[in-house]
Amino acid sequence: MLSIDARNLTKEFKVYQSRSGLLGAFRDLLDRKYRVIRAVNGINLQIKQGEIVGYIGENGAGKSTTIKMLTGILQPTSGELRVNGYDPHRQREAFVRTIGVVFGQRSQLWWDIAVKESFRLLQKVYRVPEDQYQKHMTRVIEVLEIGSLIDQPVRKLSLGQRMRCELAAALIHQPSLLFLDEPTIGLDVLVKENIRRFLREINQEYGTTILLTTHDLSDIEALCNRVIILDKGNIIYDGHLEQLRTKWGDGKRVFLELERDFPLSILEEKTGGLPITWEKRGPKIFTAYLTSKEVSVSNLIAHLLPEIAIKEMEIKEATTEEIVRKIYQEGMVHA
Amino acid sequence: MLKMYLSLIRIRFLMMLAYRVNYYSGIVIYSLNIGVYYFLWMAIYGDGQSLGGLTPGQMATYIAIAWMSRAFYFNNLDREIAQEIRDGTVAIELIRPYHYLMVKLFQGFGEGLFRLLLFSLPGMVLVSLIFPISLPGMMDSSWFYFSLSLLGGFLINAQLNILTGLLAFFILNNQGLIRAKRVLVDLLSGLTLPIHFYPEWAQGILSFLPFQAISYSPNMILIGGWSGHEIGQALLIQGIWVILLCLPIQLLWTRARKTLIVQGG
Repeated sequence: MLSIDARNLTKEFKVYQSRSGLLGAFRDLLDRKYRVIRAVNGINLQIKQGEIVGYIGENGAGKSTTIKMLTGILQPTSGELRVNGYDPHRQREAFVRTIGVVFGQRSQLWWDIAVKESFRLLQKVYRVPEDQYQKHMTRVIEVLEIGSLIDQPVRKLSLGQRMRCELAAALIHQPSLLFLDEPTIGLDVLVKENIRRFLREINQEYGTTILLTTHDLSDIEALCNRVIILDKGNIIYDGHLEQLRTKWGDGKRVFLELERDFPLSILEEKTGGLPITWEKRGPKIFTAYLTSKEVSVSNLIAHLLPEIAIKEMEIKEATTEEIVRKIYQEGMVHA
Repeated sequence: MLKMYLSLIRIRFLMMLAYRVNYYSGIVIYSLNIGVYYFLWMAIYGDGQSLGGLTPGQMATYIAIAWMSRAFYFNNLDREIAQEIRDGTVAIELIRPYHYLMVKLFQGFGEGLFRLLLFSLPGMVLVSLIFPISLPGMMDSSWFYFSLSLLGGFLINAQLNILTGLLAFFILNNQGLIRAKRVLVDLLSGLTLPIHFYPEWAQGILSFLPFQAISYSPNMILIGGWSGHEIGQALLIQGIWVILLCLPIQLLWTRARKTLIVQGG
């Protein structure tokens, strides 16, 4: 079953433009000019129940707009959209009972009252039966380690503490689909790890579908098997993270410090025939680019030794971050 | 459903309690207002026994009732809604399975109830010790009509506030509008000047506006200025306004949801 099924989903905004100067301001009063901006440009999105999908893109790529359409906050300009079998905007009240949302930048807890009171209120809002609430929340509170926090008002919590409470609040009604908009923004490594572990757990145990937007690609690496990259309102990549790496990763780089200095040509000659290019970065210091998957590091070393002795060596693989940056920069459309 | 709204009222109570110092100062301000208006009106009465059909005693009671019931019907829903629209918090409200405006209304009700119990009642005791105020007996039926009318006043005022607040969807900064509305309500609702002191033509216009149903109607009922027939008519008019005001609110809300741009990401 598809959790999210969007076809040709588009959102346009009208942006009013103001003329310059005092005269312009008066003219604006009578006749305002606007420009239409397409924030999301006819995207297709199919996400199956139980998937964890990373949704990434630069600022202003249209991620948040998409999430807001998927959660029923914004009405799409055109296109078809079914989420959990509902039309999110038209059937909003019935639909939102089936989803949980965490906006990293906004709190959904009541600022001035104890977290526990917020939970209680949400229990009433979602009409969760008492015994079910007890059973489920006791566990959530335990795993997220927030038992000692929930008697305090939200305003007294640190960001990491608050974030874990937000996550718990989004799960009170056990939604089958969870939207996380930048859930780990500004958190330290330990809290991040705690949250990720928890998300993996609920995904495995309840089959919760999770759609996650983030700027932190380590979130995606830790959680998602599928990643969707958005650029200027278009999906430019949709597929496995591994595939992204093999397709776009430029192989490995090997940094070498040699015992003695050699001219570049000798090294090139030694590895002639292999898909390796060299760069000299200083006396005795070189970089070898392994441009193809065919060639391995041991292969390289076998060709250099024994004449060329190696003092230090470091192998670097392109990180997901670098790959994504490269994709943004080249803006390549990948179906 | 009801349970949820009751919890909302409860939460509002808790929030008000968290900032309880706010309303201690409120008691002082309201008592001062009552004092100022009392002495002003007594100066106007001079030695006269009746003005516009009210005795000095009735007038004093009118002033006290008007301000103390203002504590109940007054709320900041307009500012809250405008604020939530401006900073984008409204997005959070839209992912919850309830009607945003209904929730706002109940929050306002919780706030009003809080002030009624912890502000108006003690305030009224205080004021009646200082000024010559005559309230109907405990078992008098005008208390019942007054409560009904006060609730009507609350609803109409809340609806006007919601309407003003919602305009923030279209005019992103409606602070001036909110302030203008507040002054207008205080002036035209009969709080600062009972409606029957307005010139004839103004009374004619005001009778077609919802403002007089906010303060003037409940006050007149409690000070015994109206006959049974007039009370019935005033309550009917309040009822009609409550229903009528639902229309522009619903219209504005539907349009607003369509054009919503969530600000700040």
